[in-house]
Amino acid sequence: MKSLAELQAVREKARNRMALNGNAPDHVRVVVGLATCGIAAGARPVLDTITQEVEKNHLTNVTVSQTGCIGMCQFEPIVEVLVPGKEKVTYGKVNAEKAARIVAEHLVGGKPVAEYTIGSLMGNKPAQDETVTPLKNTDFYKKQVRVALRNCGFIDPESLDDYIACDGYQALAKCLTEYTPDQVIKIITDSGLRGRGGGGFPTGRKWALCAPNKAPQKYVVCNADEGDPGAFMDRSVLEGDPHCIIEAMAIAGYAIGATKGFVYVRAEYPIAVRRLQIAIDAAREAGLLGKNLFNSGFDFDMEIRLGAGAFVCGEETALMTSIEGNRGEPRPRPPYPAVKGLFASPTVENNVETFANVPQIILKGAEWFSSMGTERSKGTKVFALGGKINHTGLVEIPMGTTLRDIVEEIGGGIPNGKKFKAAQTGGPSGGCIPASLIDTEVDYDNLTAIGCMMGSGGLIVMDEDTCMVDMAKFFLEFTVDESCGKCTPCRVGTKRLYEKLEKITSGNGTLEDIDELEELCMYIKQNSLCGLGQTAPNPVLATIRFFRDEYVAHVVDKKCPAGVCKALLNYYIDPEKCKGCTACARKCPVGAISGTVKNPHTIDTSVCIKCGACMETCKFNAIKKV
Amino acid sequence: MQKKISSIPFKGTAEQAAQLQKVIDANKSDRSRLMMVMQQAQDIYGYLPFEVQQMIADGMDVPLEKVFGVSTFYAQFALSPKGKYNVSVCLGTACYVKGSGAVLQKISETLGISPDECTPDGKFSLSACRCVGACGLAPVMTINDDVYGRMTPDQVAGILAKYAD
Amino acid sequence: MDMVNVKINGIAVSVPKGSTILEAARIAGVEIPTLCFLKEINEIGACRLCVVEATGARGLVTACVYPVSEGMEVQTNTARVQKARRTTLELILSTHEKKCLSCVRSTDCELQKLCRDFGVEDSGKYDGFRQKYELDTSAAHLVRDNNKCVLCRRCVAACNQQFVSVIGANDRGIHTHIGTAFEKQLANVPCVSCGQCIVACPTGALTEKDDTEKIWAALADPSKRVIVTTAPSIRATLGEAFGMPIGTNVEGKMVAALRRLGFYKVFDTNFGADLTIVEETNEFVGRVKNGGVLPMITSCSPGWVKFAEYYYPDQLDHLSTCKSPQQMSGAVIKNYYAQKMGIDPKDIVNVSVMPCTAKKFEIGRPDEDAAGMPDIDIAITTRELARMIERMGIKFADLPDEEFDSPLGEDTGAAVIFGATGGVMEAALRTANDWLTGKDNKDLEFREVRGTEGLKEATYNIAGMEVKVAVASGLTNANYVMSKIKDGTAPWHFVEIMCCPGGCVNGGGQPTQPASVRNTVDLKALRARALYTQDEAMTLRKSHQSPVIKTLYEEYYTDGFGGHKAHHELHTSYVKREKYD
Repeated sequence: MKSLAELQAVREKARNRMALNGNAPDHVRVVVGLATCGIAAGARPVLDTITQEVEKNHLTNVTVSQTGCIGMCQFEPIVEVLVPGKEKVTYGKVNAEKAARIVAEHLVGGKPVAEYTIGSLMGNKPAQDETVTPLKNTDFYKKQVRVALRNCGFIDPESLDDYIACDGYQALAKCLTEYTPDQVIKIITDSGLRGRGGGGFPTGRKWALCAPNKAPQKYVVCNADEGDPGAFMDRSVLEGDPHCIIEAMAIAGYAIGATKGFVYVRAEYPIAVRRLQIAIDAAREAGLLGKNLFNSGFDFDMEIRLGAGAFVCGEETALMTSIEGNRGEPRPRPPYPAVKGLFASPTVENNVETFANVPQIILKGAEWFSSMGTERSKGTKVFALGGKINHTGLVEIPMGTTLRDIVEEIGGGIPNGKKFKAAQTGGPSGGCIPASLIDTEVDYDNLTAIGCMMGSGGLIVMDEDTCMVDMAKFFLEFTVDESCGKCTPCRVGTKRLYEKLEKITSGNGTLEDIDELEELCMYIKQNSLCGLGQTAPNPVLATIRFFRDEYVAHVVDKKCPAGVCKALLNYYIDPEKCKGCTACARKCPVGAISGTVKNPHTIDTSVCIKCGACMETCKFNAIKKV
Repeated sequence: MQKKISSIPFKGTAEQAAQLQKVIDANKSDRSRLMMVMQQAQDIYGYLPFEVQQMIADGMDVPLEKVFGVSTFYAQFALSPKGKYNVSVCLGTACYVKGSGAVLQKISETLGISPDECTPDGKFSLSACRCVGACGLAPVMTINDDVYGRMTPDQVAGILAKYAD
Repeated sequence: MDMVNVKINGIAVSVPKGSTILEAARIAGVEIPTLCFLKEINEIGACRLCVVEATGARGLVTACVYPVSEGMEVQTNTARVQKARRTTLELILSTHEKKCLSCVRSTDCELQKLCRDFGVEDSGKYDGFRQKYELDTSAAHLVRDNNKCVLCRRCVAACNQQFVSVIGANDRGIHTHIGTAFEKQLANVPCVSCGQCIVACPTGALTEKDDTEKIWAALADPSKRVIVTTAPSIRATLGEAFGMPIGTNVEGKMVAALRRLGFYKVFDTNFGADLTIVEETNEFVGRVKNGGVLPMITSCSPGWVKFAEYYYPDQLDHLSTCKSPQQMSGAVIKNYYAQKMGIDPKDIVNVSVMPCTAKKFEIGRPDEDAAGMPDIDIAITTRELARMIERMGIKFADLPDEEFDSPLGEDTGAAVIFGATGGVMEAALRTANDWLTGKDNKDLEFREVRGTEGLKEATYNIAGMEVKVAVASGLTNANYVMSKIKDGTAPWHFVEIMCCPGGCVNGGGQPTQPASVRNTVDLKALRARALYTQDEAMTLRKSHQSPVIKTLYEEYYTDGFGGHKAHHELHTSYVKREKYD
């Protein structure tokens, strides 16, 4: 690939093949979501069935291909049918049987199977003039704006041509042929793009700090060590659109004067790794990586390094020590990576989602990007919506969307009619947004202001059945396990926090313990070596801040209001409701329930291990936690 | 995190050693590839016992303690062999909230082993893992490459029975 | 040099650009406490004790690694800073086994001092989970007690600096601990016994294996004649254990103290050093004349020898076969001296006082038993000797100066400088120069091989022959030398290698100095100066001119240097070692 013209030629050809140019009005594309979630849910047999059925029916106008994640995990496997000039039809929870019916009725018969569509699965009623609700009009989708995820679920991630058809590598060509490195940095700076990995540091400024540093070798590093439990947007991008990361890294390399890139990916993401490697090989083959890209004299190449299961490696200096082949222990800063990073050379490190925005910013301009979002948080943010919510999945929304919109509209509210209690953002580094602040416009600064953190975008919804002390303990257990052990405050301090929380949840806490928790939290925040330790107390501080009454209930009343902390609750059989069916007594693993047939049973609390099996078994709602 | 060192005698074959040597030869010019070599060694042997780490240390020309230090830092590296079927339960936030703890507990009871242990017949090993990124299917369990979503403790016995061979 | 202006606690100072806050504070006369920091080798900012407040920085910053910038104002002792340091200490204490009463490092423990300074009581405020570790007493030279470890990693840095890296951080989080590969015992890993980890340790987690009880027992046994010899460098360091300035030569008081401890004879290992020189120089000249294996490398340092056996088992023929001065001294005492005095060598207990923990290993080596029994029975470090003196209630500073016993108490300046890197080389060159030229050369200082640099090279013209020499101290430098030898590119004829950086004056058995001292003064240079000053003041400065040596070869080793008898008693052999058992 030596020129823009050559790239354009490839693009035209690919667009024709994908029928994106209006050249083949009867060409039908069927795509099956084959990201991790899809495969786990059984997408492979679906893809096979469709391919076979299409062949059997001699549908020569139909192409079937895999694609990345479209974002609606709970409806996987997902199949989309794209007919030029028509709204695409999205099917959810497809299995082989349904797939056959879709081929027969939709592809052969031309009539979508309305009951299998996402709209119907979500309970959205089609508009009057439509037979099915298009995905874009569903509650889940209509507020979404896809920038980072624009190609995910549309292109075949293993096809370079598909990517080029969707303007791939145009941005790189433009940078190399039209802009100076400084101009590239200026565009990124002007766009207002901030790091999507958690910290929110302005990307343009990061590049500008590194660019002037002279060194024989500089590096661009992509942080794909997505470790926050519950966050999977980076995986999704790598699985669905790997070339956009390659393109963005090359652009960053050009901007800062680096010729070598590393992508540090979690080994737990084998599909992402495989697809990224396929993409790198294809890009190299096509001359989009390597020497003298677009005849500009600029060289850039990259390789993948795999993480091996250490959350701390998401911290940039720890990630670099890990790439260097060491225990992933963070280094003190300064010196900052821009000056002395990977292999002691100037380095820029950005996260996957940050990079995913870059090509679009170059192509559409800084103004386009900065027109989205809030004053200091521009563009969109991808959230992984999970927990106690009806629609789990990946959503990309403009910065500043309210939490209410995310939970109630996009997320479809809380299952089983339960009440929304709080949303947890930022994983173990973050905090929670309580129901009272549900109208918060979600952006970097608003979250920071309430002691929360954007984090990488995990958003876990909690309902009234969640105990906030237990939640804090859960995150601390994670941090204790993931602390690298290098600095004292994090190594010992987080363990002591965890022990105090355990004391409280087991009913042995005092009011002083809550004060001491806060004190120790502040100490750990101020004294830890790296971001992991500095943010580890956030889940505790946030829950104390918004749910102090729950802590007090644990230590003063010795009660867990949500009925989660086993030590603080007892199971009790309501004699009014108990029919004496004996089901619970038979289910009880420790024989704590006694009673005779057709007479109310009782639980011996001294024997009961509080496993809850009886409550699950009871058909009469007679068993309660008190 | 504390790693358990296996006391099971090493049973590497000459073929495995040759495979590992190939990996080492391809990477030894760049010591930063140590982890990569360890990952591939684990693919070959299933775990990283003393004999394997010593080959890596000698081949990559790094102190054995450094290799060991790395192997005990990252959760992925195993010092004990894995069972023929490795059962892994996700304890990520989403899965935890939806009850994966109870699923893990049930498996542990059924197999009679704790996480990071292997059944005496070498058939099953059990581990608790961090988020596998399939939160929409929470709670999630994997057995080797098979993924089971929306798990409940009741399903455990049935699923394990599938691996009875 | 570019300078920046900063204020430390309001004191304005101008410091070189790139200085850390710690360095700037020192210039301003302000001490900031540290624990994990060891200049150049352990700048990891891990313990968080040196936190301070600095303008332009978020939160507290670690003074040890944080660079100053123009106009920066630093506060090192605010209430917030002090509270943070106290909490850090309390957290460290919560994982520390507080057997302070019986700890050998009590009163010279850096953690103890910090706790005292910051008023941290052992209130148990943060008591909780603490991993329990078994003591590792497997090695001949040290005891590893992880229960007292504070994870400052200074020992790891020292071990890395010594190239062998047999200890490092294992596991992570609260389970992080310093250990060996596969948690093997120290005796089963390629540890060279240098003890640099011990002198780096701020607490009692790493200590030499105490052999003083064996000496007390021998001294109390009327059937035993307990003879002590002291290595060249002990006189330059023992004073530190009694609060004297670094580099004070306490030879006379040391001898007096040993006599008061009840030793039968107090001899000077220096005679063994002189003996080593004549034997070694003879071996070198022989190798040159007869086309033997070159370069020849000195073998006085048992840590270095063990290193060669582990890491360069195929290059062992480069090592001189001469025993070390310790072992030569022991061999001479149990053979020549015993015979001369009519004492049964079985009744002799040879005790050596060494700057070195590897000497504890060396006494148990094979082929170090000229009289059919170990040449040396007990080797103790400078620190152990100091403890013996304290236990006896001897007021060291008030002791008179006394002289070593005859006949093995006389020495030369050449032997004295053995204790510093380059000393053995210089001593050998003095003798070689005289022998090869057949003259008593007045020009006897070989200054190119002096100094504390880790690797020194020089070329001398001796009797028309160009002799290329190298002097390496510290095993990273030793490894460099050996790699050159292994790949055939070594240009040298004669090489001196000392295991410890700076040589024996900085040995692993020397008095510990806290990091605050190690980071600010050059211990190696100050201690070495005491030896070179003594050498300069002596009339006899060449080993072959020592009256003891002359007598030995006239009366006992009558078949001469390297003769059959000398070879049997004064030379040894080496073994190839497997790194891991």
